[in-house]
Amino acid sequence: MTDMSKTTAPRNSLLKQDARTVKRNRAEKRFKAYGIAAISAGMLMLMILLSTIIGRGTGAFQQTFLTLDVQLLEAKLDKNGNRDLEEIKKVSTFGYAPLMAAAMEEKVAQTGIVTDLEPKELGDILSKQAAAQLRDFVLENTDLIGTSVEFRFLTNSRVDGYVKGRVTRESIANDKNINVAQLDLVDALRADGALEKRFNLAFITGSDASDARPEAAGMGVSMIGSLFMMLVVLALALPIGVAASIYLEEFAPKNWITDIIEVNISNLAAVPSIVFGILGLAVFINYMHLPNSAPLVGGLVLTLMTLPTIIISTRASLKSVPPSIRDAALGVGASKMQSVFHHVLPLAAPGILTGTIIGLAQALGETAPLLLIGMVGFIASNPPDGIASGLMDPNSAMPAQIYEWAKRADPAFYERAWGGIIILLVFLVTMNAIAVMLRRRFERRW
Amino acid sequence: MGNFLNVAPTTLLVIVVLILTALAFFMARARAMAAAWGDARKLHSLPNYYGYNAAMMTAIPALFMLTIWLFVQPMMIQNSVISMIPQAAVSDGSSVNLVMSDVRRVANGLTTAVEAGALSADAARDISTATTDIRGLLAESGVALGSEVSAEVLNAAQRYRSMQATGQWLMTAAICVIALGGLFVAMRATTATFRARNMVERFILALLMIAASLAILTTVGIVFSMLFESINFFSLHPWQDFFLGDSWSPNFRGDSDLSILPLLWGTLYISIIALLVAVPIGLFAAIYLSEYANSKVRAVAKPLLEILAGIPTIVYGLFALLTVGPFLVNLFGRGENGILGVDWMSGATSVLTAGLVMGIMLIPFVSSLSDDIINAVPQSLRDGSFGLGATHSETIRQVVIPAALPGIVGAILLAASRAIGETMIVVLGAGAIARISPNPLEAMTTITTRIVSQLTGDTDFASPETLVAFALGLTLFVLTLGLNVMALYIVRKYREQYE
Repeated sequence: MTDMSKTTAPRNSLLKQDARTVKRNRAEKRFKAYGIAAISAGMLMLMILLSTIIGRGTGAFQQTFLTLDVQLLEAKLDKNGNRDLEEIKKVSTFGYAPLMAAAMEEKVAQTGIVTDLEPKELGDILSKQAAAQLRDFVLENTDLIGTSVEFRFLTNSRVDGYVKGRVTRESIANDKNINVAQLDLVDALRADGALEKRFNLAFITGSDASDARPEAAGMGVSMIGSLFMMLVVLALALPIGVAASIYLEEFAPKNWITDIIEVNISNLAAVPSIVFGILGLAVFINYMHLPNSAPLVGGLVLTLMTLPTIIISTRASLKSVPPSIRDAALGVGASKMQSVFHHVLPLAAPGILTGTIIGLAQALGETAPLLLIGMVGFIASNPPDGIASGLMDPNSAMPAQIYEWAKRADPAFYERAWGGIIILLVFLVTMNAIAVMLRRRFERRW
Repeated sequence: MGNFLNVAPTTLLVIVVLILTALAFFMARARAMAAAWGDARKLHSLPNYYGYNAAMMTAIPALFMLTIWLFVQPMMIQNSVISMIPQAAVSDGSSVNLVMSDVRRVANGLTTAVEAGALSADAARDISTATTDIRGLLAESGVALGSEVSAEVLNAAQRYRSMQATGQWLMTAAICVIALGGLFVAMRATTATFRARNMVERFILALLMIAASLAILTTVGIVFSMLFESINFFSLHPWQDFFLGDSWSPNFRGDSDLSILPLLWGTLYISIIALLVAVPIGLFAAIYLSEYANSKVRAVAKPLLEILAGIPTIVYGLFALLTVGPFLVNLFGRGENGILGVDWMSGATSVLTAGLVMGIMLIPFVSSLSDDIINAVPQSLRDGSFGLGATHSETIRQVVIPAALPGIVGAILLAASRAIGETMIVVLGAGAIARISPNPLEAMTTITTRIVSQLTGDTDFASPETLVAFALGLTLFVLTLGLNVMALYIVRKYREQYE
């Protein structure tokens, strides 16, 4: 039979596809390929995004430092020689500049580098923050006055950029802040080992810095601002959200008021975040006169924004507790309230917690409402000293700080913005991982 | 808000009320046990409920009254003091409110001076501008005043202080009486047959209801806060220009063109580009994941795609400004040095930049919503189609998608609403120039970026240039609300079909 069919194939053979089937099968393949292409496009975007963040942000965790031997001359820093902290404090950063200039010249002479740079140009290799750095160090170690210490100074952001490859000899043609001779010196100091790139803890723990000193800027203070905001959100959104969900899920009668509340909540979840910012500005700042830029106000705004998310996830986890639990509790004589608080709520707790963490993560990354209540546009310089000051004093928040850096003109700040994003994403990933873990660990299938 | 400065006596009062509350709990509990001769079974409710009931009765009315008092008293004092200030004392270019804030500052300054010991309490009540240099006196105790203190202001300040002191005493007395009264009533009610649990549960239910209605309160707050300021705006600026004008050029000396149309154009243009990116990719990804992919691929690809949704928008904004924008400039700009050798694009910010990046952000949004909807289409429909000899893709195109279409449209509408309200990507990626132009490589601006820029400048809060932000916000709210309601309605209606 096989032989026959090979030689005289009938018109509609099962073994040979007709033109229409070929076309249909091709369409099938194409359609599937579109799907694969779409998924890969999504993945590709994710990869590009993540690799950009990592590629451009990791640089911020390293900084170029120049190690110099500084003579802490008693005659300059403590004229009376009595080590009185108040008197030493009177010496401003200008008093420290000559010491650094001397140390710089000594270093150049010591390494045998030939350069025709002026002393001022030599000093410009160091950061504008360097004198303040040294002053802070001396104020903490007054017993070292009169000795020579080896001190690691921050270098100028252009020098840092040169070491990291962001700044090149070609790109500085019109740059007033640095010249080629200085870069030659930087190369020589690098070869000597005095100038090196190393891990920069100050980026994670430090405070923001002014436009002229990107090398000194850090995320620390804005992280504290974010922390206080999250505390406010947690303290308000969790109890209110759980209470609202319990009411809607367990007690609310099915009537038009309940309907309105439910429609309201699902709509609030989709209201643009900036609208919450306008609400915060109008109600909390203009009407209630709460202080501008305070993490308390930020927390209140983010609470309103996160509430719908928490309510929706809490209701889902309350719903997943089977009715038999409630019936059993009622059967042994508990009141409705007791059945909910003693039995349903504890069983729903892991789900509620997961939803809350995800809501908090969302709030942590939110920027737009914070712009309107003034959490940008100033330099968050000092960490707050206490809970009241942490809530009420002007501060920034992590995403607002990143935005602030992205707006500044110096590319050195862009690197810090990307680095800030890495820190922010580390927090978000951690929070989400905890949420996933909680879900895996405690989720019950009924 | 003068009273908010005298926190100490108020805090003390709250502590007193809380102590009374704790006392009420234990007293009522003990009384209930005594009424049942130590046998809890003879009581209607568990003994703790009697305690909770008494604590509730003590604390709630007192603290409620306290809150109201703290809001009302400053207003009443202010009204009474304002009537003392003659119209003549309000100098040109000033207002009653400014004079009032002077009064408050002097009053607080006097209090500080008394506390610092620079002034005796009697002296603070009796000094007058004729005999003493108030400004100098206060400066000594560390209170700096902007100008000399006039006799009227000083008198008003002294009145303010005395009224505040009286108010403070009245408040303390009233709150204590209310708390003790509550305690007394609760103790009287505590008998063995008293239904304490029902009382407590009714109260808890009320709390739950209040929490649930907070959602409505938020919406009302949003609408009213924007509505009032928008009405202010429209009383300063013609509505015809806002809705029908064709240019946006805020001018802080006044006489600005503030029309929403160029902003709306930019917003919609960027949103459409975003949807052109997100809808095909998101939809095909959803179709592949729900119809073709095996469970392994699904378990990997779905969470990975959803990472895109979890990334904060500031990250996308930075990505637009620093990566996508410069890339597009390299592609479409820079003349001979560019990749295409054309010079169509000058700056990194453009409609295309913002639109592309926003599209990436929306992919998981479209895909996960469509995924849910496609999965909700009953298997029997597919089986029927397969049985008639259709291929998989034919089934999807001709059976599954038409069945899921309303839901998919809903998902797209939700994505559109998200795109219109998105702020950070457009603030960083779209630019600040308001114009109506068909060229996607030009910078344009959106409603959200203008809200941010009008409200973050250091401008007079009563000028139309600032108030316009509220009108823009209200428009944005109405626009997104309309899209959401429509989408939810469509999705809901569709879901009912198959249940």
